[in-house]
Amino acid sequence: MTHSIKRGVSLYSYQNETFQGKMSLEDCIRTSAHLGARGIEIIGEQTFWGWPECGVAQEDIDTWHRLIAKYDCTPVSHDFMVDYKRYKGRDMPFAEQVASVKNDIDFGARLGMKFIRALVSIAPEVLVAAAPYAEEKGIKILIEVHAPLHFDHPWIIRHAEAFEKSGSDALGFLPDMGMFLFTYPPVFVERFLRQGVPPHIAEYIVKAYEDRVLSEYVILNVQQMGGTGPSLAMAELLRHNGAFEPRRMLDHMHRIHNIHGKFYQMTEDYVEPSIPYDEIVRVLKQGGYDGYICSEYEGNRWIEDAEEPDSVEQVRRQQVMLARLLGEAGVPALQTPVAA
Amino acid sequence: MMDNKMIVEGSLQGVEGGFSFLGRLPYYRGLGLSMIEDIQVSVEGEALPREAIRFAVRGKTYTLDEMETCYDNRWNFGEKATIIALNGGLSAGEHAIGFAVRYRVSYLPFVPTTKDTKNLALAA
Repeated sequence: MTHSIKRGVSLYSYQNETFQGKMSLEDCIRTSAHLGARGIEIIGEQTFWGWPECGVAQEDIDTWHRLIAKYDCTPVSHDFMVDYKRYKGRDMPFAEQVASVKNDIDFGARLGMKFIRALVSIAPEVLVAAAPYAEEKGIKILIEVHAPLHFDHPWIIRHAEAFEKSGSDALGFLPDMGMFLFTYPPVFVERFLRQGVPPHIAEYIVKAYEDRVLSEYVILNVQQMGGTGPSLAMAELLRHNGAFEPRRMLDHMHRIHNIHGKFYQMTEDYVEPSIPYDEIVRVLKQGGYDGYICSEYEGNRWIEDAEEPDSVEQVRRQQVMLARLLGEAGVPALQTPVAA
Repeated sequence: MMDNKMIVEGSLQGVEGGFSFLGRLPYYRGLGLSMIEDIQVSVEGEALPREAIRFAVRGKTYTLDEMETCYDNRWNFGEKATIIALNGGLSAGEHAIGFAVRYRVSYLPFVPTTKDTKNLALAA
């Protein structure tokens, strides 16, 4: 089946290295470009110090454009936050939330982005109110559909209905593939074992997740097995995850413009053990999706207590997998080692 | 995430009236200062009072109460802030320094507190 799905990376993937100053913005962009993942997504306030409270100097924006051009990349999405809890004890007023979104539309436009990503907890009315401004600036606002939410959840349906009613094509979705969590991720299990979860309880939770048992039943059973602390935390994670169906994206494909290629672990043989990327890519092809799949590595927080994450190697492996699934002839490879 | 990287190794220093070290916010982005609800510092497991703590970034120093209404400055991603504890000073040698931050994140259905403890040496 022919398709025009493209590969990208959210620089969120390299957070363990960028946090420590081990990778610069240029390292991140170069590494992604060498892997053939030329779509670059950022969390604005992770990549640009100062945003939004202190603003960002034009010099830093110029550097961004220089690097994007140097490595022949494409800016895809600026992931923004509306910190509606900025004020202690009261939510940010509606008009200020809309103004905050407009500020991020401007920032996205300065960076040459086509999309800006809204967090899932933002009310649809705020996004609808900002849509005309987004249209003016040539930007689409995409709300991230992220577990435990999913395309059949009433909150997401409310957004979909509000988007249709608005008549604006500047509103859409950015699904995070973590909502298609088919098995309890091995890196989660291993960390819970290190924290002292008895192996028979861990085994029960993994099996119960595979059997799709309702999280509330699993939590009660773990309590009755004598589980405490970390065992309960391991069971409660079922509330925040789900094995939702990739094909549920098909109904919304006309509003899906970017994809978070969430992954927790890529094995040496290029498999994500818990997220069914073969099925996901099949559905995206079927739906005629023509945007980017941006790697979003999130396994770091599950292994950092035992080993230093190697984000670049993890992203490389996922890009190899994606290139295969997309039917590309070449195998993505790093060209130069990343500066330590 | 990155909790074990909150306290910067080797950063303990004596200051007038107390000590300081470098601290990072263990989060994948930065935060406006008004969303930092509390910073706790402990020495040898003993917590210091909130009033004894100061937070400094890029030449500006704040009390924790001042941070709560500060809307024009940030603790950036990975940024090493200077955490000052006015406890009267520390003796030379190694100390177990505890550092905990409670912060308000708009989209989270809970208010996280993250902590790190490290043994840091103060030069004589």
